[in-house]
This record gives sequence, C-alpha cells and structure tokens, in this order.
Amino acid sequence: MNVQLVVLFTYFVLALFIGFEVISKVPTILHTPLMSGSNAIHGVILVGALLLAASAQAPTEVVLGFVAVVLATTNVVGGFVVTDRMLAMFKGPRSGEEARREE
Amino acid sequence: MTIMTSLVYLLAAILFILGLKFLSSPRSARRGNWIAAVGMILAVGWTVVMLRGSFTLAGIIICLMGIVIGGVIGVIGARLLKMTAVPQMVALFNGAGGGAAALVAMAELLKLTDRHLAFPIGFPSVFAVAIGGISFAGSLIAFAKLQALIPGTPITYPGQQVVNGLLGLVILALAFFLLAMTSPAVGIIGLLALALVLGVTFVLPIGGADTPVVISLLNALTGLAVAASGFALNNFALIMAGTLVGASGTLLTRLMSNALGRSLGKILFGAFGQVRASTGAGAGVDTRPVRSGSADDIGTMLAYARSVIIVPGYGLAVAQGQHALRELADVLGKRGVEVSYAIHPVAGRMPGHMNVLLAEANVPYEQLKEMDEINSQFKQADVALVVGANDVVNPAARNSPGSPIYGMPILNVDQARTAVFLKRSTRPGFAGVENDLLYDPRTIILFGDARESLTRLAIVVKAA
Repeated sequence: MNVQLVVLFTYFVLALFIGFEVISKVPTILHTPLMSGSNAIHGVILVGALLLAASAQAPTEVVLGFVAVVLATTNVVGGFVVTDRMLAMFKGPRSGEEARREE
Repeated sequence: MTIMTSLVYLLAAILFILGLKFLSSPRSARRGNWIAAVGMILAVGWTVVMLRGSFTLAGIIICLMGIVIGGVIGVIGARLLKMTAVPQMVALFNGAGGGAAALVAMAELLKLTDRHLAFPIGFPSVFAVAIGGISFAGSLIAFAKLQALIPGTPITYPGQQVVNGLLGLVILALAFFLLAMTSPAVGIIGLLALALVLGVTFVLPIGGADTPVVISLLNALTGLAVAASGFALNNFALIMAGTLVGASGTLLTRLMSNALGRSLGKILFGAFGQVRASTGAGAGVDTRPVRSGSADDIGTMLAYARSVIIVPGYGLAVAQGQHALRELADVLGKRGVEVSYAIHPVAGRMPGHMNVLLAEANVPYEQLKEMDEINSQFKQADVALVVGANDVVNPAARNSPGSPIYGMPILNVDQARTAVFLKRSTRPGFAGVENDLLYDPRTIILFGDARESLTRLAIVVKAA
C-alpha cells in the first residue's frame, strides 16, 4: 500500500457517496434519459483510450488502442446525442418542432 | 499528472456531478446533459493537449481515425434511429464503453513486467477486463433481444444458474492466478474470453420485459470498469466519472426494478425461467373465443362515451401510431369526451419511454397520468382503450401467483366498463404470458395495425 493508492481510494469512496446522493430523487419519466446520460459520462474512458493510443508502437498496442478509441468515442458521442434527442421531446410544443426541424 | 491536468480533471468532475444532478429534474434535464458534455470535452481536450509531446506517428493516426470513426458511428446511430429504438441504442453505446474499458485495462496489463506493481495496477486492471467484458457482451445480447434479433422470452436450460456461478468462479480464480504470472498474455485473453461468455449467459435467461433493468445494471458495471481502469492508469477523471456512474447507476437500477414491482434478485436470477413450466400447463388457451368488433362499432362507442382512458404500449410505438392516437384523442376531446392517458412506469420498453414518444406527438403533458394517479379512475371510465399494450394490463400479475409476471403492478383496465384492445393478434406480449383479459366478455378487440385502426376510429368519431 502506498500513499498514492490511498488517495485514489479516497476519491473512489467519495465519488460513490456523491453518485448515490446526486440522483436520489428522480421521477420515473426521467429514468431512461438519466440512464442514457450517465451512460455517456462513463465514455470518459476515451481519456484512458487516448493515453493508451497516443504512445502506441507495438502492433498489439496499435490495434488495442485503435479499437478502444473507436468504442469509447462511439460511447461518448452516441450517448450525449441520443440523450439530448430524448430530452428535446420533453419541452413544450414549440421546442419540439425545433427539434424536429433540426433533424 | 501536472497541476493543470489535475485542475482541469477536477473541473470536469464537477461538471459531471452537476450534469447528473440537473438530469434528475425534468426542467433542467436537457441542460444537465449539455453540462456533462462540456465536462467531457474539457477532459478529453485537455488530455490531447497534455499528450501533445508523446504522440507516436501511429498514435496520431489511430487517435484521429478512431475519433472520426467513433464519432460518425455515434452521431449516425443516435440521430437516425427511430425513437422506438432508443433502449437498444443505449445498450449498444454502453457495450462500447465496457469494451473500451476492457481493452484499455488489457493493454495496461500487457505492459506489466514488474510484479511489484501487481496490486496497484494489476488488480484493478484484471477487474476492469472482467467487468468490461461482461458489460460488452451482455449489452450486445440485450441489444439483440430488444431489436428482436433473438427472442425476447427468457432462454433457459437446466443448470443454468450453476453454469453461470461456475463461470464466475473460474473468472475469479483466473484473475488471481494472472496476478501471479510473469507473462500473462494468454491468461489475459482467456480472461476476456470467459468474461464475454459470462456476459452472454448472464443476460440470455433474463425476460424481455426486464431487459431495461439489466441495461441499467450493465451501465453501472461499465462505470465501475472505467473506474478500475482509472486506478490502473492513476487517472482522477476516470475514477471520479466511472465511480459516479457506478453508484448512480446501481441506485437507478434499484429504482427501475421497484417501478416494475420486482426485486432485482428475482429479475437477475431467472425467476422467469422457473415458473415457465407451470404456465405452460395452462397453454392451449389460444382456442378460446374472443369478441372482435369493427372500427364502426368501436368508434361509435368511443364517440358516445363520457370518459375514455387510453393505455398506450409498445405496439403503438412499433406502428408509429402516436400521431394518429393524438388525432383520435383530439376529435374525442372536441366532442366533450374526457380523455386521459394512463402511463405504466414501464410502458414501451423502458421507464419513461412512452412519455418521450407521446411528447413527440405533442400530446398535452397534463393528460398523461402516472399509474398510481389513474388506477382508481378506471372504475368510472366507460372505455379503456388499450393500444398495443399487453403485459402491463394483464390481470394475471394480480391474480395468478404461478405467473411469471405475478407481482408486477398493472393498470386496472379490467375494472373499466369496457376494455377495447387494438391489437394485431391475440399473441402474448413481450413477457410471453397469455392475457386472460382478452377473453373476457367485456373486452372487444379491433384487430389490425394500430396506426390504421386509430385513423379509422378517428374518421368514425368525426362522422358520429
């Protein structure tokens, strides 16, 4: 055990509590958008994929890095766009029309 | 990590937290999604800036190509899909994240040569490979179920739980063994392969109607896999965001299974599969007579009703009938018929799915009634108009303890004076359970495509 690990573990425990607290009261109609939004947030693995891919040299690293970047970007971009599309429908009729025109 | 990197990641983490907070309230939800997206752009953008000196040529190429390809897939997938297909797209995007987490951790493990790093790096990496792999494969199966590529009904075989349990134990054993090995490449690939198999066998037996809950659980698992990769990479942003999703996703999974009125354990560990046999004994019910009506009869009945409660279900979404439904409700409203919509928590394929679809058709928000609010009003309703719903109005959930859906809260359509079903056939719904209400003498069925039926009904009502 080193200090650094303990620090990381501290972040982890605090984040657990924040995660539980932050969505404790959420109406049923928002379950799906919330799931989709948090799904986009774990796309932050893109940061990890970039760290891996940036310095890739060996063929295995290149392949792993490339696939990881593709998957992670799909997760991030798809996740945020689909959540926004879902939530656009919840607004009043006018903004609903706007959302359709955008498409 | 430099101070600047730490500060940018901290800012990103704050934006993720605020994003989730805003996402859980209807008024601010859309802003919340954007706030989280800004946090993501910050975290990813700064990472690229930070890495600028260390890119290899191959690195630049794969990063650029990867982001372009992933971005195009993401935008096309999210933009072009029909709103009815939202749940399975969420499953796919989630699987992609899980896969990425597994691959990142795998690469990290392959770099490991110094065994002293086994605990701080090896342990979380092994965890991320296993959990990420399960999430990836499980999400693909959930996608296939919702997309009807494989049957939505539970796929079971004898000893399934035992096989899954053993698989889990083998994965655990292999994981610890890996930490002690000096050249773990083969072992790591084996671990990933086993995790993929477990992901498949874990989701296969779960009933179609429960799939959304499982997607939510897999979402939480991906979050934890991302957090574990963060431990391996010593990266604050990954730990923070991954754990946030892991924790909030777990809570959300519980909220969803509560909305279904079923315990998470029952959903996950094949209660569906076990009771299957007992309902199978009652099969052969298909031959019972049903009362079917014409659009003229039913339209007239609706036109002269005092109150009509509409129960929309997934069939409505499949037929893209939400606009036709609103038109029918409008003409009824003009005649002075009191119209409201009863929204079951899991109407559609996911909690809140039906609200999205009806909002898209500009149905007034105040006409949408949640289950607890409207269930007492069915007794006074002249007609309950069930459009493409089945399981959520099946009285077996209340009356027959042997039924796979027993205990699920349902809409009290059976208490309305008349129940009208718009259906293509008397086939059971997503859960694969026969609905006795269809054979009730007070029930009338209008067979056909939901959208066509609704349009015809609107014409009849207008003329009445």
